[in-house]
Amino acid sequence: MKLRINGEYKETQSKTISELLKELDIIPERVAVEVNLTIIKRQEFENYYLKDGDTIEIVNFVGGGGLEFKISNLKF
Amino acid sequence: MEDKLVIKGIEFKSRLWVGTGKYKDFEETARAVGASGADVVTVAVRRVNIVDRKSENLLDYIDPKKYKILPNTAGCYTVEDALRYSRLAREAGVSDMIKLEVIGDEKTLFPDVIGLLKATEILAKEGFIVFPYTNDDPVMAKRLEDAGAAAVMPLGAPIGSGLGIRNPYNIKIILEAVKVPVIVDAGVGTASDATIAMELGCDAVLINTAIASAKDPIAMAEAMKYAVAAGRLAYKAGRIPKKLYATASSPIEGML
Repeated sequence: MKLRINGEYKETQSKTISELLKELDIIPERVAVEVNLTIIKRQEFENYYLKDGDTIEIVNFVGGGGLEFKISNLKF
Repeated sequence: MEDKLVIKGIEFKSRLWVGTGKYKDFEETARAVGASGADVVTVAVRRVNIVDRKSENLLDYIDPKKYKILPNTAGCYTVEDALRYSRLAREAGVSDMIKLEVIGDEKTLFPDVIGLLKATEILAKEGFIVFPYTNDDPVMAKRLEDAGAAAVMPLGAPIGSGLGIRNPYNIKIILEAVKVPVIVDAGVGTASDATIAMELGCDAVLINTAIASAKDPIAMAEAMKYAVAAGRLAYKAGRIPKKLYATASSPIEGML
């Protein structure tokens, strides 16, 4: 089936979220997964069956504070 | 005597909190965080790179067992986005803490305080420990407290601007207006700015750019550690009142 994962279309044989994460080489403990805008609890990964055309978002943590303030440097 | 910060039952060792954005690499991030002595680090929630799975994970360098991970909603411009990111962060993370940002303007990155208030109310009801990033406005700070914020995080100056605490009087009024801790977030440029925030009586300071973008981030991280500690000590020691004229510090009696 064809899924949209993090904005990219991907053909997969994986049936569940657990299988998909394994296929993508992603450690389940470090990510959150959303299917069609609904967050799926980690405990449900194994029994959550994906459907053709599902939109999936997989997120984790990256370095971040706030965003950069965008004006030219001031001169003092 | 120990001077620990406790928020919603969580004990914080350090009053300096640091961001993890804009470093050269994770190695440098980890060294700077270590040098800062901070036990709270903010992180951003982003898509996993599914194409290049070799990309390293921040949490390989910043151990969630050692540090309190504070996810933020940086980059969110609507209440819906901020809620979505907060809920994803909670699901991916190790705690219910969220540094809530609802940005109102791309150029200044000033908060959309109306959206912020709405999001704070909803997330607090969902059991989140909400740290809203807000303007240095005492009225809004109070409203956020009433909405269930665990602490308020007024800006010292715009994010990444390094302008320091532009309005110490507003920060002072915020400190009087709310009972929850006040954590200055954004605007610190150098060590003395952090000290000023702490001397005013703030409970903590969150710094990212001033450390990450310094010529020597590791040294600046260490400077900030001392600056925050010095400011806190001075606050607790109590400053002398400001006077217009001189007061002699040596006794006048016994002079020839």
